[in-house]
Amino acid sequence: MAFTLYSLIQAALLCVNAVAVLHEERFLSKIGWGVDQSVGGFGDEPGVKVQVMNLIRSVRTVMRVPLIAVNSVCIVLLLLFG
Amino acid sequence: MDLPHHGYRPTKTRARAPPPSADPLLFEDTSSSQPAMNSQGYYTPGYNMAAPVGGPQTDPAGNNLFADPMANAAMMYGSSLANQGKDMVNKEISRFMPMNKLKYFFAVDTRYVVKKLMLLMFPYTHQDWEVRYHRDTPLTPRHDVNAPDLYIPTMAFITYILLAGMALGIQQRFSPEVLGLCASTALVWVIIEVLVMLLSLYLLTVHTDLSTFDLLAYSGYKYVAMILTVLSGLLFGSDGYFVALAWSSCALMFFIVRSLKMKILSSLSSDSMGAGASAKPRLRLYITVATAAFQPIIIYWLTSHLVR
Repeated sequence: MAFTLYSLIQAALLCVNAVAVLHEERFLSKIGWGVDQSVGGFGDEPGVKVQVMNLIRSVRTVMRVPLIAVNSVCIVLLLLFG
Repeated sequence: MDLPHHGYRPTKTRARAPPPSADPLLFEDTSSSQPAMNSQGYYTPGYNMAAPVGGPQTDPAGNNLFADPMANAAMMYGSSLANQGKDMVNKEISRFMPMNKLKYFFAVDTRYVVKKLMLLMFPYTHQDWEVRYHRDTPLTPRHDVNAPDLYIPTMAFITYILLAGMALGIQQRFSPEVLGLCASTALVWVIIEVLVMLLSLYLLTVHTDLSTFDLLAYSGYKYVAMILTVLSGLLFGSDGYFVALAWSSCALMFFIVRSLKMKILSSLSSDSMGAGASAKPRLRLYITVATAAFQPIIIYWLTSHLVR
């Protein structure tokens, strides 16, 4: 399994894309992972599920605009160099 | 104040450069058997030399370095511009990568490196695994053998690449692209491991003082084990490879578990005494053991193709 740094970047980009396309209303609320269902853990033991939900929400909020740019760059590179 | 190294100091550079802003505790000379001197003594000779050495450089009346005063002024302006650019670049870089924190990891000396390498290969007799602190900051690797450093992983990585090139050359399979591929594969695996560790530490809300560089250091120690296995595979054939693989995997697993146990498992918060504390220590134990178990797998993966 020979990696290059570019394949690592591609893999990370695919993972972040996968997290970013999770829709709030249509999907996350249906399975009980919406943002409104995570309030209440105000102690200092939030639990794994709450941390995962927070992580998904923050990734979706922060990475939405940079992902457009990085995806475009990746697509252009793929078209040019295969 | 006694300054035996006084005569060896390059006085010219001391005269013109301001004293470095790094913590004097970081880079004092501990390799020699001399007792550690007061580091203030290092800076005063610079200040004393400024007066006499600066003399021949800028003479009083027109006998400057350049006969032309305009060229001299242009040189001064250019050097001040260069200094401004350098300061700006340093400021931008230190926004992304804290330079002082990085300097801490490279403040090593030969005694520390020797002891650490022996510890990595034979950790079973070491008693005290606690990282010592000095007024809230961890002690530098020069003063504490338990502190992680980035010098050994960096050097071991480069040595591993060179060894891989040599092993491939012995098998007539060498080409320069393979070397780059080997290097980037090893680097990518370390990056993946660091990212997975960071993610799992975040998800389990482990409040530890392990920074990214610490995790990078602990992940990078596997390169030492890889070098040992490849060397013995080259010297003693396939049997030597597996013996060294078993030995260095066990030593590295023991080392990782003992080192991370201090940092991860004992950082329980003070008010998780009763309820809810049952799942947490178990999950933290799983992280530590999983990290340790991952090391032999990756060592085997990255070195088996070099020793056929």
